[in-house]
Amino acid sequence: MLANFIVILTSAVLINNYVLRQFLGICPFLGVSKKLDQSVGMGISVTLVMIIATAATWPIQYFILDAFGLGYMQTIVFILIIAALVQMIELLLKKFIPSLHKGLGVYLPLITTNCAVLGVTINNITDGYGFLESLVSSLGCGLGFMLAMVLFSGLRSRIDETAIPKCFRGLACTLIAASFISLAFFGFDGLAETVGQALA
Amino acid sequence: MSNKNSGSLSVLLNGIIKENPVLVLILGTCPTLAMTKNASTALGMGLSVLVVLLCSNVAISLLRKLIPETVRIPCYIVIIAGFVTIVEMIIHAFLPDLYSTMGVFLKLITVNCIILGRAEMFASKSSVGRSALDGIGMGAGFTLAIFSISVVREVLGAASFMGNEIPFLSEYAIKFFVEAPGGMLVYGLAIAAIYKLTNGKFPKKKSFSCEGCPSASLCHMGGECCESEANAVKEENTDAC
Repeated sequence: MLANFIVILTSAVLINNYVLRQFLGICPFLGVSKKLDQSVGMGISVTLVMIIATAATWPIQYFILDAFGLGYMQTIVFILIIAALVQMIELLLKKFIPSLHKGLGVYLPLITTNCAVLGVTINNITDGYGFLESLVSSLGCGLGFMLAMVLFSGLRSRIDETAIPKCFRGLACTLIAASFISLAFFGFDGLAETVGQALA
Repeated sequence: MSNKNSGSLSVLLNGIIKENPVLVLILGTCPTLAMTKNASTALGMGLSVLVVLLCSNVAISLLRKLIPETVRIPCYIVIIAGFVTIVEMIIHAFLPDLYSTMGVFLKLITVNCIILGRAEMFASKSSVGRSALDGIGMGAGFTLAIFSISVVREVLGAASFMGNEIPFLSEYAIKFFVEAPGGMLVYGLAIAAIYKLTNGKFPKKKSFSCEGCPSASLCHMGGECCESEANAVKEENTDAC
């Protein structure tokens, strides 16, 4: 059980990293990764929303949609739940933990249309994960997203200080740098199996 | 954005060339990177987006006087998700191979910022006819851009074109280009090439601007997610005051 969780976690964070390998959540990755504190804030917000969204959508899929043969409503129902959840989290944070809202509040509205969040909820269903496995997988995807953002913000601050040809400035150079980080993550291939074997 | 008096043709061409969503406005980056491994998938993705964009633009334009201002974004999302579900079911029924290669990205058309962006920026303010033309133009621009990127990636990476192997190239396939990093590299180079070819005329103005971002109205970042450092500095100063 625990070994299974660790395999899911390593796989989600390092091997099937959402941003660098599966291209989910590229917009915030490119947009908000300019500074380290922003990257961390966005990463924490995304991780939280992913876990809460999974906790809400998993039971709905199995106990409402599947039970009543409404599987085709998945996309509509999930996106509505995520949009409502994000709004609710923002209101609750504002009311009860204003200090946290000040830190994370700015990132929350951007998350509604973040394809990584909708992607993780749908993928958890498609992969046939159980409830706990889904939560672990969401945690892993969120942490992987944060890892990519944090690594990349360090790189971007270096890029900003470099003299690069005019046509490459901005997004073009950012994408090429992201390509190299993504290449580096290929080094983790096969790690999940090794970890799984070591634990078993 | 084109002004109200411009002709139908310019509305149509706007999305294809001047405001190409992928290469100029830099929207919808996720499918651009993920769905360009081979040309036929890219074509399928492009056409699906075109259909959804056309339908949602028309529907939102028809309903623009009925949708209350405050809850418009959730309304748009529901309309878009509805059309995505229809397209998904059609592809599942008639093109099962394409359905399995597109996987989760077919469902993720719902949160594609091109579609929400056009709903917010164009369809909610324009007549039905113009919204339809804009949908076709933007959809065609998206299709064209991801198709071109996918041709480069597939020819270099798999030495094939739309699944058909190119005989004399097959020994020289560079696998890097069909893997994830290759996608980012080719996309980055494409943006740089467009910038160079247009002398920075279009991208400079629009490069990753808040204007094209669907979350702009909800967003408190004040342009901080854009390339403009100035806004961030300004914001910090006001905070200090």
